[in-house]
Amino acid sequence: MTMNKSKRRAFLLRALTASSVLLLSGCERLSRSEWFPRVLDSAEKLTQATQRLITPRKAMAQEFTPADLSPQFRSNGTSNPENPQYQALAANNFADYRLQVGGLVARPMSFSLAELRGLPSRTQITRHDCVEGWSAIGKWKGTPLSIVLDQVQPKPEARYVVFYCADPMDAQGTHYYESIDMDDAHHPQTILAYELNDQILPIANGAPIRVRIERQLGYKMAKYITGILVVDSFASIGDGKGGYWEDQGYEWYAGI
Amino acid sequence: MSPHVATVPASNFHYYRHTLPIRIMHWINVIAFFFLLMSGLQIFNAHPALNWGKSSYTGHPPILEMGAKQTAQGNIIGITTVFGHEFNTTGLFGWSKGEDGALTERGFPAWITLPGTQWLAMARRWHFFFAWVLVINGVAYLLYTLFSRHLTRDLAPTRRDWRSIGQSIKNHLRFRHPQGETAGHYNILQKLAYLSVIFGLFPLIVLMGWAMSPWLNALIPGWVDIVGGRQSARTIHFVVAWALVAFVFVHVFEVVMSGLWNNLRSMITGYYRLASKEQKHDHE
Repeated sequence: MTMNKSKRRAFLLRALTASSVLLLSGCERLSRSEWFPRVLDSAEKLTQATQRLITPRKAMAQEFTPADLSPQFRSNGTSNPENPQYQALAANNFADYRLQVGGLVARPMSFSLAELRGLPSRTQITRHDCVEGWSAIGKWKGTPLSIVLDQVQPKPEARYVVFYCADPMDAQGTHYYESIDMDDAHHPQTILAYELNDQILPIANGAPIRVRIERQLGYKMAKYITGILVVDSFASIGDGKGGYWEDQGYEWYAGI
Repeated sequence: MSPHVATVPASNFHYYRHTLPIRIMHWINVIAFFFLLMSGLQIFNAHPALNWGKSSYTGHPPILEMGAKQTAQGNIIGITTVFGHEFNTTGLFGWSKGEDGALTERGFPAWITLPGTQWLAMARRWHFFFAWVLVINGVAYLLYTLFSRHLTRDLAPTRRDWRSIGQSIKNHLRFRHPQGETAGHYNILQKLAYLSVIFGLFPLIVLMGWAMSPWLNALIPGWVDIVGGRQSARTIHFVVAWALVAFVFVHVFEVVMSGLWNNLRSMITGYYRLASKEQKHDHE
């Protein structure tokens, strides 16, 4: 080995070490840049398009048996909304609760809990997958959202259903919200749940109404729902990404 | 022969070992795996526990769990629990320095996660982007390796390979590497390692990634139960990731031991230098 060669090798090794350090700090900078996360976002569109292409629109999420039920259904995020109006409703067992349904519909309506319970129901034992990585299995009973939509009659331009929630998420009073498209809204397993494990839905899990969207992650399944709005775009709602967590950088399409 | 002859460069020859597509796909795979591993560990940190079964709450404790706890003396220590056995892993797992240098509760330390800060949303973006890079690259590789006959010509073990397995194990244990023409093709252990990574570990880790997608669960409801459920799939995904890391360590070790620069050159320019038999005799 000539002197020249060994010098070259030492230089290459130093360059390798330096570039790996640069690489890591570079990644941090890329994560905080405007443009790079948008490049990464292209994968979200690709995932959504591919998953929807290969899966039939009405494909059902897996349903489980009572033996699979988690001993206790984990509560995550808000467990008791710090909202005086909500607390007043809860103090009265939600007797005065009304679910407002409006937006791009022919007949805006509101429903009491008793009215929702009076509609046909669906019961399902499903797995709840949190974006954090854990899963819990619970038994849910509720009114299919499609039945509520049939009553209010969405207009042809309707593209999304937005859920407004009672839980404030920050000091500015931003409330939780979420949105799904009409395919998910009409899916048979998409229900406005009022029972969990044969009990009245506890406050920790979203009383009086939480939505179940069984083919997506937990953050799509808004709790403490007070209103449902049918829209053609969610660009003017919140920060325009379609949900509280979406506004914090999570994907709108949460099928993965 | 005179010693002079032994140093004549003409007795060495370069042979074209890796075609351009193979070289490109190899390095794309390196980059994708690197980012997938680090962003995957950041995703793990959002729930630093592994369970077996359909859910995380089956009544059984996690297989693996990382966290911090306060000792009787008031110190905070990192604890990693594996099959019920607790290990103090302060500074590494459970309790380590964050990006700002302050000790914080987290599964894997900042220097091995992407992003370094606890930032699940960004880690998912990196992970799913490079997951597509890995899968597209992997499919391209499989098609190329079949149609170029790289698979049958270079990777598939021959009868002679199988007979040489004892010798190959001995060679590896003694860190003795084939010289001359025998270095011109992969040995049996090398072939088996590559084949199990290409057709075993990589497809398995991708499949276990899909198993965690609630939307893909609906494609054929119940398919995830083949491996024991979604949380089992998450555990397998994690274990296979580290099996791949182990492969990378062995692979890089062998690359260094059998001639770092020669190997590196062949994966960059395609050309690998072989010492001819004559030269070998001169040295003996």
